[in-house]
Amino acid sequence: MSVVVEGKNIIRDYHVPGSLTRAAKVVRAVKGISFSVERGKTLAIVGESGSGKSTLARIIALIDQSSGGELKIEGKPIDIAKEKPTREMRSKVQMVFQNPYGSLNPRQKIGDVLMEPLELNTDIPAAERRRRAEEMLVKVGLPAEHFNRYPHMFSGGQRQRIAIARALMLKPTLLVLDEPVSALDLSVQAQVLNLLRDLQEEFNLAYVFISHDLSVVRYIADDVLVMNKGEAVEQGSREELFANPKHPYTRELFAATPITDVEAIRERVARRKALRAAAI
Amino acid sequence: MALLTIRNLTVRFATSTGSFTAVDGIDLHVDKGEVLAVVGESGSGKSVSMLAAMGLLPDTAMVSADEMTFDGKDLLRMSPKERRKIIGREITMIFQEPIASLNPSFTTGYQIEEVLRYNAGLSKKAARARALELFKQVGIPDPEEKLKSYPHQMSGGQCQRVMIAMAIATGPRLLIADEPTTALDVTIQKQILDLLMELQEKTGMGLILITHDMGVVAETADRVQVQYKGKKMEEADVLSLFEAPKHPYTRALLSALPENATGDRLPTVASFFEGEVK
Repeated sequence: MSVVVEGKNIIRDYHVPGSLTRAAKVVRAVKGISFSVERGKTLAIVGESGSGKSTLARIIALIDQSSGGELKIEGKPIDIAKEKPTREMRSKVQMVFQNPYGSLNPRQKIGDVLMEPLELNTDIPAAERRRRAEEMLVKVGLPAEHFNRYPHMFSGGQRQRIAIARALMLKPTLLVLDEPVSALDLSVQAQVLNLLRDLQEEFNLAYVFISHDLSVVRYIADDVLVMNKGEAVEQGSREELFANPKHPYTRELFAATPITDVEAIRERVARRKALRAAAI
Repeated sequence: MALLTIRNLTVRFATSTGSFTAVDGIDLHVDKGEVLAVVGESGSGKSVSMLAAMGLLPDTAMVSADEMTFDGKDLLRMSPKERRKIIGREITMIFQEPIASLNPSFTTGYQIEEVLRYNAGLSKKAARARALELFKQVGIPDPEEKLKSYPHQMSGGQCQRVMIAMAIATGPRLLIADEPTTALDVTIQKQILDLLMELQEKTGMGLILITHDMGVVAETADRVQVQYKGKKMEEADVLSLFEAPKHPYTRALLSALPENATGDRLPTVASFFEGEVK
């Protein structure tokens, strides 16, 4: 098994500028996180808003620079603060964002959305670019005839498929998915999760999957990293973590996640009945 | 005893390409002290049907119903003036985006005092005292300070608590909560749901909870109504719905929950309608 991405003690500081009445300060959003993901595996990063999970995702996706620590992609150290990554490096890591309504340019046809990465990063001729784009549309479950349509003609789930297709155009080895299904309806969410699984198998992709939803994580992850206030409070294999959560914060997350277990519902209904009987 | 009864509600919107039916013959009723969950995905008409009951839809909406009564009073045929005595006082509503629901230009204290003065008829001084009481009741930390805060100075969970405080300020008999926790983190969601349930049990008000989240339904509802594309699919008490869902759509929704995944793949609603899954 080859490691696709590895992080050691990744740190990210944000500088908050001061004003007349307030001194400048430094906020440490990511406080030294280490992880690694192998080919064909999924690392889920779980946390609530403000936990630093999206900041970490952007660092892994080579969008933002880190303030400290070491990031290696396929064994090669990379620090975008010091040098611009090569095109080859850029095409290895791609990202899919949460909101499919905001991540596609409304004035760009879907075909152009998919061909743009090839145009910018490769010397592939136009006819071949088009062929690959159409092929990718079919792979993500959309008809190739949709090539000339605009984003507004698609539903949220279809747009997320397009965003995934765009991310796959450069044949990356790592996909960073920042809450890819949280803006979608339950039934559409299931379709997109199925698609992500199929694509992972087909292209042997490594996923870094950012989510706040434990039930989705349980379905898709191999390893889980739980973040709270910039720290990794717990990390381990999915089986281990779900069977025996150790850190109090992880337990709190589990306790807060609503469950649809019939026995639990039966208990709650009985409790409410008793309460109402007591009130009368 | 039925608090709100709606029979055969239809809502149409006039669009440039003809009329669009958002709600198509929905029946709904909620009893005193009952928690009704209205479940559906986007486009199921769950929000629109409640906005129609509140009279909050824009002029482009055409609302028709065989019956729409609140506590025996006919909401369809009453004058706007009479209706305003009920809406915002006896029936109140909270929304999905707590930060967007509050006016960013005024302090939260000013906004809740406004409700108390106009809808509960309190004097300025009494309103101030009552606002503080309500802030304490909904568990806002440091309530004196927070009354002087603007919405942007508070977190999403705190803003939702302010919205709940405003909604219960007039002692309503029915509270409609439209996706009250969708924009919030799970730990905050739990706190807000616990607060709503606690208030409901204490005051005995009716509660309609609009949601797309089966987990929220399982943890709050007495009775559940499932909607799809503006039509009612199924109505059942919460236990029977989860134990033995009758309608294929409800079954599809439940099996699409990632925690119910049996194999490698999740069954989807589409595959359900094609008859792939039994």
